[in-house]
Amino acid sequence: MLSVKNLHASVNGKAILKGVDLEVKKGEIHAIMGPNGSGKSTFASILAGNPVYEVTDGEVAFEGEELLGLSPEERSWKGLFLSFQYPVEIPGVSMVNFMRAALNEHRQYNGQAPIPPGEFLALMREKQTLIGVDKEMIQRSVNDGFSGGEKKRNEIFQMAILQPKLSILDETDSGLDIDALRIVAAGLNKLKRPDNATILITHYQRLLNYIRPDIVHVMYEGRLVRSGGPELALELEEKGYDWLK
Amino acid sequence: MKYDTDYFESNRDSICQQCSPLLNRPRQEAFEVFRKNGFPAYGSEDYQHTDIENLLKINVGIHQRLTQQQAVRYMLSDRGMHPEPFHQDYLINGYAYKDASSRPLPEGIFSGGLNDFAEKYPDVFSAYYNRQAKQHGGGLSAFNTMFVRDGYVLYVPENKRSDAIIQLTHLVEAEEDAMVISRLLIILEKGAEARIAVYDRCPAEKAKSVTVQVSEIYAGENASLEFYHVEESAARSTLITDNFIRQERYSNVKLNTLSLENGITRNNYRVGLDGEYAEHILKGLVIADKEQHVDNHTVINHNVPHCHSDELFKYLLSEKSMGAFSGKINVAEDAQKTMAYQNHRNLLDGPDCRVFSKPQLEIYADDVKCSHGMTTGQMDETVLLYMRARGISEKEARMMLRVAFAGEIIEGIGDESLRENLRRWVENRLRTQND
Repeated sequence: MLSVKNLHASVNGKAILKGVDLEVKKGEIHAIMGPNGSGKSTFASILAGNPVYEVTDGEVAFEGEELLGLSPEERSWKGLFLSFQYPVEIPGVSMVNFMRAALNEHRQYNGQAPIPPGEFLALMREKQTLIGVDKEMIQRSVNDGFSGGEKKRNEIFQMAILQPKLSILDETDSGLDIDALRIVAAGLNKLKRPDNATILITHYQRLLNYIRPDIVHVMYEGRLVRSGGPELALELEEKGYDWLK
Repeated sequence: MKYDTDYFESNRDSICQQCSPLLNRPRQEAFEVFRKNGFPAYGSEDYQHTDIENLLKINVGIHQRLTQQQAVRYMLSDRGMHPEPFHQDYLINGYAYKDASSRPLPEGIFSGGLNDFAEKYPDVFSAYYNRQAKQHGGGLSAFNTMFVRDGYVLYVPENKRSDAIIQLTHLVEAEEDAMVISRLLIILEKGAEARIAVYDRCPAEKAKSVTVQVSEIYAGENASLEFYHVEESAARSTLITDNFIRQERYSNVKLNTLSLENGITRNNYRVGLDGEYAEHILKGLVIADKEQHVDNHTVINHNVPHCHSDELFKYLLSEKSMGAFSGKINVAEDAQKTMAYQNHRNLLDGPDCRVFSKPQLEIYADDVKCSHGMTTGQMDETVLLYMRARGISEKEARMMLRVAFAGEIIEGIGDESLRENLRRWVENRLRTQND
């Protein structure tokens, strides 16, 4: 589904990624762990199309197609979803309008007519129940005044509506209390299907108590230096990242 | 200026013949004020960004009254621009016309032409007409008073009320270059209530038009007024307005000024809070692109204690448009317990648009709550990226953020039909922008 080869990237001339290789197949859950500043979030941002980062070498294919030349919206239409580490607040844009606009552009890309209003509301209700978000949250402006937990839950809710093929969750677990983490993890587990895939980017092993990854990678100084099974996460938790140096 | 004084002297008799003697009474005095002061000087403190004299130096005559037949044709063509309001009145080139098909207002409320009003209510007319304009208006208002031939009056006597919105459409329909002199007089006596929306609409591109409009608004004790001024004009039009609002105790005025499409616009708003516990809410929205120019100047005078004013102006500028705002709040020496807030927020969407902002507070009382603030920003790239990452195309995302920025003003409009109507209009305006 996703094939990353020798990816190099920099921001303001400073090299951040120094040759990342990654293969993600349908149905897999990957976890990318690593210390602060190792390049995890940069990697996620580049996959989503953040123009701040400059790709200096390497290639990324998504479903066999070159990804790096596409705009962020085109990537979304093709089935890529990035859950932001810091979801932004958009005062004055209601969740309903935001999701309808997003969904209809996805539908247009796929040659479908805009979703009928009744069907849309039914879909919102269904996913709201599935993920466990308050009805009241849906009626507010996007993330406006939301708590940290609400914002992360809202990311998963948006993911449920858009049903991406590949989801990249950037530090979705950080800063969450126990209940919020459980709700977010339960939501993610419910959205898991054999034909989609997930990349979890996390600093801590905590989320992995709730979601079992197939493969764990360790990022260090801009490269994936080690890959293994779920037991690698436990080892990292125990020993920290220092032994990788 | 010489052209204007000569024009006045040679046309004085014909102007006076067309008007009620009550309108003619202050002309000579206004003429002398104008001859002495002229137009406000460009570059003077309150006119840093709009050159009134130059804009008014077009040396053309003033529009004559259209025949009823011509007027009806324009009124019919204007219909359907907006959903039918409860009550509709028209000014065309500054002259009042009755729309025969409009529903009547509650008994006792007058809505119609300035001359008709002077004939019908001479005492009320004399008590209010030109009172504020003479006191505070200077050369610009004097110019208007010299030449005015007709205008519009809303008069709501004591304890009368109109729940439904009254709509006044001012059409400027010019086949050739000419000046429009227009006058509004809005009087709410003690305990009166009304909502009025004034649309300044100049749809024609055929000729250049310059409108000088003076509005005097009076809110008596415990009166409540919502006043919406909406401009939707063509690029070649110029609109200069001098607006005066006087409020007595416990009165409440909500004034919204929406410059949605224009050429060159300068609005002056001068609010006098003369009675305790009066409240004034002043909100402005400017949407400008191309080479449009909007300059709002506001003065709010807290003359007595316990009054509240709240002012919010939002400018949404793009392309080569230019916006200016200067707002002054004066709190008089004895006006204790004043609450006065002012905010000016700008969204500049493009490298070539400009905004100038000058907030001012002058406080001579010591027990008050006052604040002013100004922010100018561009479209937030992080927000745009977030929206695009959800599949909302950049163009649509920008449009949604513009609508959201304007929405804060639109959502505050009390009347639902007007709010929905303006929301649609603004969305449509923003959707077609930059196309």
